[in-house]
Parts: sequence; C-alpha cells; structure tokens
Amino acid sequence: MLLLECPYCGIAAEETELAPGGEAHLKRFGPKSSDDEFESYMFARKNPKGVHFERWRHAYGCGKWFLAARCTATLEVFGTYPAQVGAPPPEIVAKIKARRPGWSPE
Amino acid sequence: MTRYSAFAIAREALRNHQGWQRAWARATPKAQYDAVIVGAGGHGLATAYYLGRNHGITNVAVIEKGWLGGGNTGRNTTIIRSNYLQDPSAALYEKARSLYETLSQELNYNVMFSPRGLLMLAQTQHEVRGYLRTVHANMLQGVQTEWIGPDRVKDLVPIINIDGPRYPVLGALYQARGGTARHDAVAWGYARACSAMGMDIIQQCEVTGVRSDAGRVTGVETTKGFIGTKKLGIVVAGHSGQVAGMAGFRLPVEAVALQALVSEPIKPCMDVVVMANTVHGYMSQSDKGEMVIGGGTDGFNNFTQRGSFHHIEETLRALIETFPMISRLKMLRQWGGIVDMTGDRSPIISKTPLGNCFINCGWGTGGFKAIPGSGWAMAELMAKGEPGPLAADFGMERFREGRFIDESVAAGVAH
Repeated sequence: MLLLECPYCGIAAEETELAPGGEAHLKRFGPKSSDDEFESYMFARKNPKGVHFERWRHAYGCGKWFLAARCTATLEVFGTYPAQVGAPPPEIVAKIKARRPGWSPE
Repeated sequence: MTRYSAFAIAREALRNHQGWQRAWARATPKAQYDAVIVGAGGHGLATAYYLGRNHGITNVAVIEKGWLGGGNTGRNTTIIRSNYLQDPSAALYEKARSLYETLSQELNYNVMFSPRGLLMLAQTQHEVRGYLRTVHANMLQGVQTEWIGPDRVKDLVPIINIDGPRYPVLGALYQARGGTARHDAVAWGYARACSAMGMDIIQQCEVTGVRSDAGRVTGVETTKGFIGTKKLGIVVAGHSGQVAGMAGFRLPVEAVALQALVSEPIKPCMDVVVMANTVHGYMSQSDKGEMVIGGGTDGFNNFTQRGSFHHIEETLRALIETFPMISRLKMLRQWGGIVDMTGDRSPIISKTPLGNCFINCGWGTGGFKAIPGSGWAMAELMAKGEPGPLAADFGMERFREGRFIDESVAAGVAH
C-alpha cells in the first residue's frame, strides 16, 4: 500500500486515508485565455512514466491538500511537501536527483 | 493457410496432428510499408485486419514491444456490452458488439463469443432513473436493452441477494445479447487473419522514436531498426502518451492501474454477467468455472501493472454483499493493467498534428468490448485520412471545443 507522509500532521498516512488529486503545479488559465491555454489547463497532462508531482489530500486526517513527488514506473516516493508553492522545493529536487541522476525538472 | 474446420480436425487426427500450420507467420520488418500500426493488442490487430478487409491495404506491419495480446487484451474481464447512454458511444460499441456476433465465422477462429446476457443492477433510486433513461436512449439508438424488475433479476441470477441490507436490488438494465468472449482468441484470430492477408506481425520490437519530415511521419525507429511507412497508427493503450511524445504531441490522457482477479473454479452457478455499479464490482463465471471479478481503478498515475490492495478489498466486500455464497471462495490470481483515461472517459480515434499519423487510445477501463468496432473505425480513418461516421465524434479536438462524450457522468463510474 502507498504510504505518504502528510507534511502538516507529520504522520505516514496510508493510501486509504488519502484522496488523490491529480497532477500538481498546473498553470491555471481563466477568463480571456485562449482555447488552447484553457484546454492545456483542463485536460492536457504530462502523464510521465517516471518522476511525477501530484496533489493529495489527507482526507481522513487533517483534511489539507499537500503535494507529493513519486515515480510512476516504480512507485517510489521521493517526498511530500506543503501545497503553497509554485514549483517543487530544492530539497525534494535534490532527493530526486540523488535517486535519478539523469533527471532534471522542467 | 489451411482453414480450421471439423474436417480439418478429423484429417489431422488421422496423421498425428502433423499438418497444423503456425497461426501467424514470424516476420522480420521490411524497409517500407503502406501502413504501420504500433501495438499488437486487440485494437491494433483489428485495425490492421479491417485495413485489409474493408480498404484493400495489405502492405501493413503491426509492431509490438512485448508479445501479441500481452497488454490489456490479456488483462481484462472479457465483458461485451453496448448499453451506453450517449449516441456516439452507443453507435460505436453496438457496432463492435454486432461484429462480435459473427467474428468466429468471419475470422475462421473460435473467439468463443457468448451472448449470455448482461445485467447492470440498480441499487438506488438514482440508478433506477438513470438506467430507465439509458433503456429509452438505447431504444432510439437501436440498441436492444430492457428494464427488468427484481423478480426477473432473481430469476436470471439465483445466487444474488436481492434484499440488501445496504443496497437492495431494485431492478436492472438488461442486455440479453451482451456477454463475454475469449480475450486471447480475439487477438489470435485477428493476427491469424492479418497474417493470411500477407501482413507482417512483428513481436518484441519496441518503438524508440518517430521520424517525421515537414509535418508528416516517414517511419519509426525500433529496436529492430528503422521501418519506413506512408501512414502510422498508434494503438498502444497505457503507453499512448509516451509514443505520442515521440511523435511530438500531447494527449489528454492519464495512465492508471485497473485490477481484476479470478477465484478458484467452482461448478456453474451464474450464466450471465452482473455489474453492480453502486457498490462497484462486476462478476461473471468463465467456462473453466472461475468467477471473474473486476472493480474500479486506482486513483493515481501508475505504469507498473499492479494496483493497490485496498481496491480489491473494496470490490470483494461489495460482491460478497451482493453474492453471499462467494464469501468463502479462494482467489486464485490477481493482476493489473495500465489503462489510459481521458477527461470524459470516452476513447480517442483521431487525426493528430502530423498529417499521416493517427491515434486510437483512451479506451480506459472498457476497451475489450470495443475491439472490432474500434478497429473498423480506425481503419476507415487511416485509409481515408478522415474519420467516418463511427469515429467522427471521437477526435481529440473535442476537448478544446467542449464537445465531450460524457460517459463518466452517464455511467457514474468508470466503465
């Protein structure tokens, strides 16, 4: 079972305690944006086979949203971090680079 | 290629079965084809077959990174139905279902299509209304379904628990000509028929790159070298995003795991397919006697072909409530497949930014039932360069234009 540490509660939560929320760090587009921009926000997803940043909610715990870095090819978890950021924090990027030498953030 | 028949079995019995030929030829790639299909699962092979049968294009290669039918074609619960709400879906899935009716005769290969009947249980008032609406829609679409009450459900499925306690069965959406087929045989039958038309089926040949020039594909780089082609069809389910990435475009698709499992074999106890979408589980009995069980997808992106245990637990909990007699069955095998989910849970059969490259993906959790219809529509798209009536609404531009085929809302669950 997938275990993710909630960065707010500090506990390792089991998957049954969590609700998945899809890709993280999406750029939002709203009114006055073009159709292509809105499509990319609504539907286009990176869907990588490898390092993936995603949103999770500690649904049966504190109820807060947080973000996780995870590998979709091996199910390895690199770490979790609070959701109030626009990009993965440096310590998470460093952890991923240590495990995936060829990888670089976009 | 010799035809399979009762006479052939008798003839071979008299000569120690020395005369059987390989079902499909082992091929090495040629330098150039009229069409290359990436992915030798059911959908890819059906596309190749109908390219030859309906459009006379037989200089075709189907290339596969693993083995034939080894992806989701070999990992589903073999259910066939066409009781969809939206018109484009009903037309496409009913085309597929009707092709399944005569597929064994057409391919000269027994795909064991068994139109044993399929029930979708209604266990809430909301579901009753939803399925009545579907029945009415199906009448207009020419898809034969009917609404049946709890007594008829109990009649068709004696092992079912009608009375709850959580969710009593209030009736069901019944498709008498829905059922199951032998999943591997569908892939094998199409492969044999393609090979008989002179097509090359190349296994263990992974695509590593797509070569293009001035907005048109010229061929694919593979682990067996470069293969040139005039047209390219990408039919790779879970890895659609990866192959599309090689071709330089993005898809509105995410890959998640869907699991299924089978029990130990028991005596025949249920001769229909039952789906319970409120509690979320579905079950049928295979010819070997195993109860074939499926449920919902995992919630997170995953390429590992294995899923979370608690989803199996939820599925079985739901089915034990619906079928109390299975509570002591042992489960024999469990497996997962990587399904490609689109935003509206409907497939994509579409042109792409590259002029001679076409994609067929996004079948999500319901691809097996659609194989013949999907191949039919995709072959038409590849042969003519424009979608025919079956595929017209399934272009991927629908997400930009807001023309969803919203079966996720119609079904209330993955389907």
